[in-house]
Parts: sequence; C-alpha cells; structure tokens
Amino acid sequence: MFDASALNIRNRKVEGLFRILFMLMTGLLILPVAIILAVLAWKGGSVVNMTFLFTNPTEGMTSGGIFPALIGTVWLVSVALLFSVPLGVAAAIYLSEYARDNWFTRIINLAIINLAGVPSIVHALFGVGAFVLFFRFGTSILAASLTLGIMTLPVVIVSTRESLQAVPMAFREACWNMGATKWQTIWKIVLPNSISGILTGIILEVSRTAGETAPVMFTGAAFFLPQLPQSIFDQTMAMSLHLFVIATQVPGVPENLPYGVAFVLIAMVLTMNSLSIAFRVYLRGRKKW
Amino acid sequence: MSETAGNDTLHAVETIGLNLWYGTFQALIDVNIRIRKGIITSLIGPSGCGKSTLLRSINRINERLGYVRVEGAIKVMDKNVYDPEVEPVQLRRQVGMVFQRPNPLPLTIRENILFGHKIHTPSSSKVSRSAEDDIVESALRQVLLWDQVKDKLKRKATGLSLEEQQKLCIARLLPVKPQVLLMDEPCSALDPKGTEAVEELIWELRGQYTILIVTHNMAQARRASDECAFMLMGELIEHETTEELFVTPGNGKTADYIEGRYG
Ligand SMILES: Nc1ncnc2c1ncn2[C@@H]1O[C@H](COP(=O)(O)OP(=O)(O)O)[C@@H](O)[C@H]1O
Ligand SMILES: [Mg+2]
Repeated sequence: MFDASALNIRNRKVEGLFRILFMLMTGLLILPVAIILAVLAWKGGSVVNMTFLFTNPTEGMTSGGIFPALIGTVWLVSVALLFSVPLGVAAAIYLSEYARDNWFTRIINLAIINLAGVPSIVHALFGVGAFVLFFRFGTSILAASLTLGIMTLPVVIVSTRESLQAVPMAFREACWNMGATKWQTIWKIVLPNSISGILTGIILEVSRTAGETAPVMFTGAAFFLPQLPQSIFDQTMAMSLHLFVIATQVPGVPENLPYGVAFVLIAMVLTMNSLSIAFRVYLRGRKKW
Repeated sequence: MSETAGNDTLHAVETIGLNLWYGTFQALIDVNIRIRKGIITSLIGPSGCGKSTLLRSINRINERLGYVRVEGAIKVMDKNVYDPEVEPVQLRRQVGMVFQRPNPLPLTIRENILFGHKIHTPSSSKVSRSAEDDIVESALRQVLLWDQVKDKLKRKATGLSLEEQQKLCIARLLPVKPQVLLMDEPCSALDPKGTEAVEELIWELRGQYTILIVTHNMAQARRASDECAFMLMGELIEHETTEELFVTPGNGKTADYIEGRYG
C-alpha cells in the first residue's frame, strides 16, 4: 500500500537531476577563484620574496620590488577608513536606531542605494572635481582617500545597519522600559552585540578599497614615485595602479613581475578576509543569546 | 467602585478621560480607571481590546512610536505623567514593565539585575562591589530565585529556563524601588508549572508594589487578583473586586466574556 507509483519514481529521478544540476552550478563558482589563485601562485609566486616586498622598483619599473606601492596602498586604505568608518557607522546608527520611517529617511535610503550603484570611474571624476580642484587638496593621499571613502560609504552604512538590525528588538524594549535612553541602549546592548558584524563589514570593505584603481589614479596615486609619502598631502604609488601600469603601460617588463604584484595584492585581500572571518567566529562564540 | 472621588492617595495609577489614537485608529476610548495602591489588579478582555496599549501609556513607552496621540490624563502617585516637567526616565523607574516573552538582556544574570540600577545611578557615584552584591542578592531573593542561581551569577541569563528568565525580568526592576509593576501576560509563554511559580511570586510581591497584570487566563485573574477590570474594544466596561466581577458581573458584556462567549 506504500509502494512507489510510476509517478513517484519519475519525480524522484527529476528531483535527483535538479539536485546534481544545482550542485554543479555551485561548484562552477569555485572554478574561477581557484584558477586565478593557481595561475597567480604559479606565475607570480617565484618573484615574491622579502626583497621584492621591501625594495623600490628599479630600471623603469621592469625590475626590483614594490615597497612604495605597498606602503602607498596602506596609506590610502587607512585614511579612507578614518573617514568612511566613523561617518558610515554614525549614519547607520542614526538610520537604524533613531530615524523614524518618514519621507526624509526614505530619501536617504534611496540615496545610499544609488550611491552604491555609481561606477567607480564616476567617483574618480567626482573626486577630481571636489577634492583635487575645489578643495585644493591637489593630487594627494587625502584627495584619493576621500574619494575611496565616499565610494565605500554606502557599503559601510548598509552592512553596519544590517548588523544593528540583527540585534533583537526585545532587548531594546527591555532597556527603554527600564528607563534607558536610546544612547544607553545602543552603547550597552546594541553595539556590543553587533560589533562582530560591523567589523566584518568594515574589513571586507578594506579589501575592496585596496584593489580599486580608477578612484585613485586621477586623485592621488602616482605612476612612479620611489619616495615614500611624508604626509597625507603627498602623492603616493599604489598597488592597484602599479599593477595596471607595469602590465599595460611599460614596455619590457618581465612576464612574471605583474603576476607577482597581483599575487601580493590578492594575498593582502585574502588575509584581511580571513581575519574578518576568524574574528567573526571568535565573537560569535561569545554571543550571549 | 466604592471609593469616593478625591480620595486619591489610595490610588497608585489613575486615568482620567484617557483617549489614545494610533494614527487615526482609536485604541482607547475615554478610559477612567483607578488602580488601588498595594494590591493586584488584573486586566482582562479579548485580544485587541487595548490592554497592552493601556499599560504602555502608563509608562509612556508608546511615545516612541511617532504616530501615537493621547488625550486626557494619567496620574501615577497623583502626578500627571503627561505634565511637561515629567521626565520619562524617572517615570519608567517608578513604573516597571514585564513582558509576555521573558526578555533578559544578553548579559550575565548579575549584570541583568544591576542594569536598571546602573542606569539610574550617576556614573560618578561609585557603588562598591559588595553593595552591588547585596542589591543582586536582595532582588533575586525577592523573586525566589536566589537559591537556584546564586552559584551562576556570572552565567548568561539567556541560559535560564523561561520561568527563571521571567522571574529575573521581574527581579531586575526591583533594585530601583518601583512603585508600580505593569505585567503584560507575564505567564502566557510559560508551561503550567512555570505559570504557577510566577503567579505565586506575584502574589508574594503583593503589598510591596502596586501590580497591574494583564491576563488571558480567567482562572488566573480570578485566583490571583484583588480587583479585576474588563475592557472591550478600547473601553473600560467594568472594574470591581475580583470576587464581585466574577460572581455578579454588573454588565452583560462582562458576563458574556467571562463565560467564554467572546473567545
Ligand atoms: N503599534 C501599534 N500601531 C498601530 N496599532 C496598534 C499598535 N499596537 C496596537 N495597535 C492596535 O490597537 C488595538 C489594541 O491593541 P493592544 O493594546 O495590543 O490589545 P491587547 O493587548 O488588548 O490585545 C488593536 O486593534 C491593535 O491592532
Ligand atoms: Mg496585548
């Protein structure tokens, strides 16, 4: 009486087919990542060593290391974060914890979504107009970092807001009903319980910022500049632009040099991402609900 | 209601011509209720009749929804809470709230008890650790929880059973010495054993605090309250001693409800 009918058997076959199909598609996702990493390691791994990381490029960038670009990228990313994290987190806290749902908030949300969709080259041109020319920062770390910062702002806001909203409403209710102010509630309960998500979002942002080329190439990154920057008003080299330059603009670069640069850039990004994941796992273990 | 008007010191909470709107929807209609000090008053009525709304307007927590409008007065200890000089933070210290679902904070048991106390103590005035220990012990003893948790004060509160969590949620209100405890169906997330235990506790607190408790459970209202108020569609229909309300309801609608004809 419980035997499978012909229809059951057919359905079961179809079921199995789709399962395998979807699994294959998912597996396909890993392929490009694996290939990129393999090629980079294979072609670029051989040039990467301590000297490569800590010396200047030489002979018209066809040889030598990447030290100024590495330091430059650290500068660019740090200053960008200094700007976008406080602003983005503050905005996210306002939107999640204070703002009521009215036309003003809705316009801000719309603006954030649209800002996230603006192509990076448009941000670059905005950066030139606003920071290089109008505010007279010149082509400098400051101008480039502000451009990067504005570009990453929407993502910081969205990821922070999502982390805040993941904290159950009942905790806030409990606090408010005991007489806690909004700020006390945020400081003592909401932030401690969302900090892992917030930081994860920020670290992922760092890795994206490090790889951006267009927003920095007109605003502060130099083609070739072996001196390290002394302040945020100096220009600097950057990993992303350096890669672009030696891969396409300079004749006579040995084939594996760009691969080496790309390998270091990817390694930086992956290290940041793994850090963020490790951090997340650590903090999740401490969660109290 | 037998008390004569004007004898207000008898009442911890009094609403006068209270109307409340959520946007254009009127959830409370001309509610006049007086809650006597030191006793347990239960609030019954079908779902959606405005019981929670009434509770949430007494501690003014409703205000944070931007679209709530209130008319009339609510007096707590003879003071209209809608007077401009009333500080909501102080009001919520005097009027504690317990919810349907126990909602301990994601902190340790000890920190949960001290949370309200810390909010209402200026950070400049240092409270010694042993004074804090006393506060924690006394609050937990009052809710009959001390013996179960005294060895795990540093553990997270969310690891407790629902019954213990609910007791903790009551305990954390006590260190700031509230006058009134509002409880919104405090037992409805608990099993029968937990319900009984929490009910027992509430009865234990009788006399020290004025307790206004919303309940869906007729039997609970009947055995565990001194007075009982019945609400229907935003209006207060009847408010009597519990005995009177259940034995000789003065209003046909009350009779219908307690006999289960509303659902
Ligand atoms: N935040 C709110 N916004 C709009 N309407 C609400 C809100 N809270 C409650 N109401 C409405 O007010 C009425 C009374 O609700 P409530 O006080 O929760 O009833 P009860 O607690 O007696 O079940 C219901 O019709 C409900 O839909
Ligand atoms: Mg309710």
